[in-house]
Amino acid sequence: MNLRPDPTFHASPKLAMQAPVENYGFTVMLSPDGSQSDGIAVVDLNPKSKTYGEIVHQVIVPTKGDEFHHFGWNACSSSLSPLTGHAFLERRYLIVPGIRSSRIFIIDVKEPLKAKIHKTIEPEEIFEKTGYSRPHTIHCGPEGIYVSTLGGGGKDGTDGPPGIFIMDCETFEVIGRYEMDRGKQDKHYDFWWNLPQDYMVSSEWGLPPQFENGVVPEDLLSNKYGHSIHFWDLRARKNVQTMDFGENYQMALEIRPAHDPTKSYGFCGVVVDTTNLQGAIFTWWRDDDGVWQSKKTITIDPRPEDPANLPPLLQGFGAVPPLVTDIDLSLDDKYLYVACWGLGEMHQYDVTDPMNPVLAGKVELGGIAKSEKHPNGKPFVYGPQMVEVSRDGKRVYWTNSLYSTWDDQFYPDDEGGQMVMANNDENGFHLDKDFYIDFPKGYRSHQIRLEGGDCSTDSFCYPSV
Amino acid sequence: MIAELSTAAALWWAVVVSGLYHGLNPGMGWPLAVSAALMEQKRSALPRALGLLALGHFLAMLAILLPFSLMLFLVEWETNIRIAAGAIVIVMGIYLLINRRHPKILARVHPARLALWSFLAANAHGAGLMLVPLFLGICAIDADTGHKAAEALMRGNVPTAFAVAFVHTAAMTIAGGVIAVIIYLWLGLRFLSKTWFNLDIAWAISLILVGAFGIYSALYGH
Repeated sequence: MNLRPDPTFHASPKLAMQAPVENYGFTVMLSPDGSQSDGIAVVDLNPKSKTYGEIVHQVIVPTKGDEFHHFGWNACSSSLSPLTGHAFLERRYLIVPGIRSSRIFIIDVKEPLKAKIHKTIEPEEIFEKTGYSRPHTIHCGPEGIYVSTLGGGGKDGTDGPPGIFIMDCETFEVIGRYEMDRGKQDKHYDFWWNLPQDYMVSSEWGLPPQFENGVVPEDLLSNKYGHSIHFWDLRARKNVQTMDFGENYQMALEIRPAHDPTKSYGFCGVVVDTTNLQGAIFTWWRDDDGVWQSKKTITIDPRPEDPANLPPLLQGFGAVPPLVTDIDLSLDDKYLYVACWGLGEMHQYDVTDPMNPVLAGKVELGGIAKSEKHPNGKPFVYGPQMVEVSRDGKRVYWTNSLYSTWDDQFYPDDEGGQMVMANNDENGFHLDKDFYIDFPKGYRSHQIRLEGGDCSTDSFCYPSV
Repeated sequence: MIAELSTAAALWWAVVVSGLYHGLNPGMGWPLAVSAALMEQKRSALPRALGLLALGHFLAMLAILLPFSLMLFLVEWETNIRIAAGAIVIVMGIYLLINRRHPKILARVHPARLALWSFLAANAHGAGLMLVPLFLGICAIDADTGHKAAEALMRGNVPTAFAVAFVHTAAMTIAGGVIAVIIYLWLGLRFLSKTWFNLDIAWAISLILVGAFGIYSALYGH
């Protein structure tokens, strides 16, 4: 407990943008075959430092096969709402779930160079108290830390639907399930919210048998992955509306609400439209009658390709699908970054008018049957994937791995982990030649978190003025 | 006689000061008034939110003070009641010192239901209890000076409970309102987190001190 609110808590998105920039980043280190232990790499992001752009510390866990993927903070700017009574928490711990093992590590990063494991929550505690498995997205919210899961009970996670559970934000004890009325929700992936407006939106990937051993082509072609998003009355814990994008919109993943709490809209990325292999972004919003609406506002076309150059999975299509696997919205709600993991492109859309996004910039790197090299001449395996934007919107970081078994299907000849950065300045959106991190041998990389919060962690309770 | 009046005045001032103290504490809700005005993009939302917070706080004070005012009907037990009340307030302070966790129920309230939130927040933090020793002291002075019959006493104590709750809530609302308006109109949101201090320990100690004062004055004062 502090005597003052943590200096990294900001009342509004605008104040967060004006705050001191990040000096460190935290990036997942994944051993795809479980032969080594997973970990969190601490990356030096201070350009004035001698070790800028290097991994300066590693927190390697004692277990193997956890499969680190997404992670988040114990506390963020949402603590500045008097409603929650959490104003004096410290932004100090990273909550890092293993989506294969269902184990959760709490990592103390108060001193980034000495970051260490603070507590381990064993899978049995999660199974017993929630009936869920395979924890994924982390957000700090009104009653504590909210954790989304991808699986229900049982060995293969199909005994009952997956959902969200809540953890105590001080003791990290698992409290229990979030949902009181889940309605039609039977799959899960991401979630986020608008705290003052008291709504939450959740999305769907697929059930564990549909992803753990790789994408199941028959399920994809018969549209059996998730294609709906769900709108919740956040504090009543009730699903008030399920919105089906259409069954061909397979894998509705990342949910990115506008950061300014006066706004009632956001975005959701769809991996693939099975009718034409396009990637898609939907804009969702609440209309004047309080009903949620959505419209497809961005489509990204596949690229025709000689089947001989394609992995077996894609040879029948003769094309490279964009595979929109991550999106991120800048804190001023101006730019939406869209990772096209298949094409090997990172798109920057101006979404000042959320109903009419305009492509503002594009970076090509990696990609299926393309393998575009980094400007420094080094390879970037797979394609641009997990993307994180600095609070001030000037630096965009990303890594390359999607998910262990899926990497091997879409890029059977590649192996490795890289983290790169693009600048967003007077010269537009372009890769930084000097920022390139090659991960230690045997490790791939996934989500990135930035010191002091970033564009996919913090929720704000006061509007930008 | 002069000493008695000055004591009554001192108690009433304590009621005012406790109100200012509660009002300045962001945890009692003034940032919500700033937020309401910004969210609705109109100034009038600020006084409205302050009004709802005040209503919840006023009702929370009454919920604690009224039962005590009715108990004072048992005139011969007056000293015992005042000692017990002081003890309860001390226990609440010690509890808050030991249990530094925040009640989760407060986070379940819809952000627009400010009166309900304010009512629950005040009760959870023992804000009403802090007034009990002051209130009982004022009632005792009334009784001493009036030599009234029991029934008349009770009739006198209920309006006193309302008056104490009202004066306290008014002071709280003025203090919180002034800081909310200054931040909303001039200083900006940056000062919202700058003016926020962790008063948890000071608050718990205040309860213990007020409880101790209540017992002392029951035994040696009025």
